[in-house]
Amino acid sequence: MNKMLKAFGIVLGMSAALAGVAQAAPTEVRIGVALEPPMLDPTAGAAEAIDIVVYQNIFEGLTRIDQNGAVQPGLAESWTISDDGLTYTFKLHDGVTFHDGTTFDADDVKFTFDRILGENSVNAHKEFYTPIKSITVVDPLTVTMTLDHVIGRFLFDLGRGDAVIVAPESADNNANEPIGTGPFAFVQWDKGSRVVLEAYGPYWGEPVHLTKATYVFISDTATVTNALLAGDIDGTNNFAAEALAVFEGNPQFKVLVGTTEGETILATNNRKAPFDNLKVRQAMAHAIDRKAIIDGATYGYGVPIGAPFAPHNPYYVDLTNTYPFDIAAAKALLTEAGYPDGFAATLKLPPVAYARLSGQIIASQFAAIGIKLSLVNVEWAQWLEDVYTNKDFDLTIVSHVEPFDIGNYANPDYYFGYDNKQFQALIETLNGTTDEAKRKELAIEAQTILANDAVNGYLFELAQTGVWNAKLTGMWQNSPIEGLVLRDIAWTE
Amino acid sequence: MGGGPEGGDTAPSRAVIAYALRRLIGFAVTLLVAALVIFVLLDLLPGDPAQFILGINATPASVAQLRLQMGLDAPAYQRFLGWLGGMLQGDFGMSYTQRAPVAQLIWDRLGVTLPLAVFAMVISMVVGLPLGLLAARRRGKAIDTTIMVLAQTGVAIPNFWFGMLLVLVFAVGLRWLPPGGFTPWIEDSGLALRGLLLPSLALALPQASILARVMRTALVDVAGQDFIRTARAKGLTMDEALWRHGVRNALLPVLTILGLQFAYLVAGTIVVENVFYLPGLGKLIYTAILERDLILVRGATIILILAVTSTMLLTDIAYALVDPRLREGAQR
Repeated sequence: MNKMLKAFGIVLGMSAALAGVAQAAPTEVRIGVALEPPMLDPTAGAAEAIDIVVYQNIFEGLTRIDQNGAVQPGLAESWTISDDGLTYTFKLHDGVTFHDGTTFDADDVKFTFDRILGENSVNAHKEFYTPIKSITVVDPLTVTMTLDHVIGRFLFDLGRGDAVIVAPESADNNANEPIGTGPFAFVQWDKGSRVVLEAYGPYWGEPVHLTKATYVFISDTATVTNALLAGDIDGTNNFAAEALAVFEGNPQFKVLVGTTEGETILATNNRKAPFDNLKVRQAMAHAIDRKAIIDGATYGYGVPIGAPFAPHNPYYVDLTNTYPFDIAAAKALLTEAGYPDGFAATLKLPPVAYARLSGQIIASQFAAIGIKLSLVNVEWAQWLEDVYTNKDFDLTIVSHVEPFDIGNYANPDYYFGYDNKQFQALIETLNGTTDEAKRKELAIEAQTILANDAVNGYLFELAQTGVWNAKLTGMWQNSPIEGLVLRDIAWTE
Repeated sequence: MGGGPEGGDTAPSRAVIAYALRRLIGFAVTLLVAALVIFVLLDLLPGDPAQFILGINATPASVAQLRLQMGLDAPAYQRFLGWLGGMLQGDFGMSYTQRAPVAQLIWDRLGVTLPLAVFAMVISMVVGLPLGLLAARRRGKAIDTTIMVLAQTGVAIPNFWFGMLLVLVFAVGLRWLPPGGFTPWIEDSGLALRGLLLPSLALALPQASILARVMRTALVDVAGQDFIRTARAKGLTMDEALWRHGVRNALLPVLTILGLQFAYLVAGTIVVENVFYLPGLGKLIYTAILERDLILVRGATIILILAVTSTMLLTDIAYALVDPRLREGAQR
């Protein structure tokens, strides 16, 4: 008996020693994110996972987008715009250094945009910056950009992850060893496991609260849950809605539900019969019961949309009642279109829960008006090839996650193939307008056209559902741009 | 040096060399065919790596430029020969999505997967073999039945589920061990070891169960053999006879199973690596397939094939050296 007690004591002692390590200091944070970035250069890839780690943490642009989606000064402390709206003069911050110690100045700005616009550029959003006709370095802290036509959202576009300022000395190595001007410097990347950032001492702006931030890559929901409960991570920016209940009643955690820029749509191949028929698309719109989809696929967290536009955007107009859920109206329209008995079609579903779940619900809703959907599950690479590149699809469900991406509807070659000259002209006018009131008016007109034309089925805006340690503050509740900004995050106590 | 007697000695070793050579050629052909099959299969997969990297809002010009930079525009046979030639010089190419050398990426991941597989193997032997021995010695008794029921359960329990159970108990509940993640060996080998403990246990359970069953069956078989009866006739108890003569003979089938298990463990870590978010080889391959990082998938697959085929080659040659019957077979 004594012996057993002794052995038990040894085991206890050992476990206490084992448990003693790894207590997070109050200025360090470990954050779980679902996807590991393929590399860390936001100017050479579109993956959201890149921006989650680096945007506004390691890298900064001339402007930055705040958590309400508004444009704030970044590396440019101020700017003036010429009366014709074509010439922007930026006054840069003094005393800014890159993490390798080199000085930031107007030459780096010119280098950055020359690189984006150059022949060898692999920037995912080159098109936002192609209107830049010339960039002139006036003095080390002043730079001017001249556009060949007015772009209403130019300052916003400068704040995107695609336009962060890089240095000629380090730009080529940013994929694996990113060097920027932000409040956090890159320390190490254990591939497959984590990225470690440390507060950059000589940071030019307001000092940050954290000294160290570790991004831990965990993809499985059950695993994230355990990591949170065991205290291995202090939070995660977007947790699976179906498991949120585990944390909602737990005082050690807080759940932050906010909006994203992800409009989830039932994308419809407008080139192809019968979807080229407006009546068919209207019938499908009438057959969609958004509430059932939102409850079933997002556990009630999605926000219904009636056009491809984010509800939190100041230009948003509620069009969810354009084609209200109405089976009789849907059937009548189908009959008018020449499909009294409906038709058969395929619905390709990418490997995300919201798409797979919405797909099943929509299939049953469409069955009520005689449209028989066969569901085809695809993975992302296959989706990109079949649906996006080769346009070989009838219907698909996907979330368009970039801010203000309504302009895609003006591109007749875009995968859903919507070709409306009136709409294309409208977007061109909108892009060339800088007056806020006028822009809003045009944006509302654009949304209305897309809703009336029922180009795609507009389902819901994805929610962002973060779970964090209750003692952490300063996380962005909404996600108006891709990123997980550490700037304001702090431990209370 | 005249040598009647020596002739008798060199003949079998020559036969062994010829046998080994034949096996070597077979080995090289296997690798070449494997490389070709991997290349063709992956080339047939739908999905363009460049499009994947740049996403759905990228301009076609940027995508075309990236394809050019990644060398994806060359004809298939050129890319195959380039890949093969590079590998012969030890260059596995650059990962499309990670922009880092494939060989480096694989090497880093082996630092997790290999120790994990070795630990799991050691644990499964330490647990499985004695239990098998115990069950065989107490054949038909309650303890035998208990062990066999446990082993049956162990085989049936999926290791990811067992892994999650371990996390719930030891990480979430008791907080003795981390729920997952991995600290690099050079940073803190103690923490690295702690991180591999639960995953090795999860991985070892089904293996230990299989080993226990195989060990028991082999021992029971051996116990009925003539030499055990002889040993007992000389006055040894059943336990002594089994221990002195039985175990060594029973180990042969067990060793065969162990060899197979190691290959299974290396490949089978993929699920467990996901449960414990470990940066291992399985996770690397899995992500690379999803991202159409074909050059990385190819490189990693060929390394795995190389590992398995060379183990088989070495085993075959070792058998030929040890077992005269195989050697004679080789001469025919």
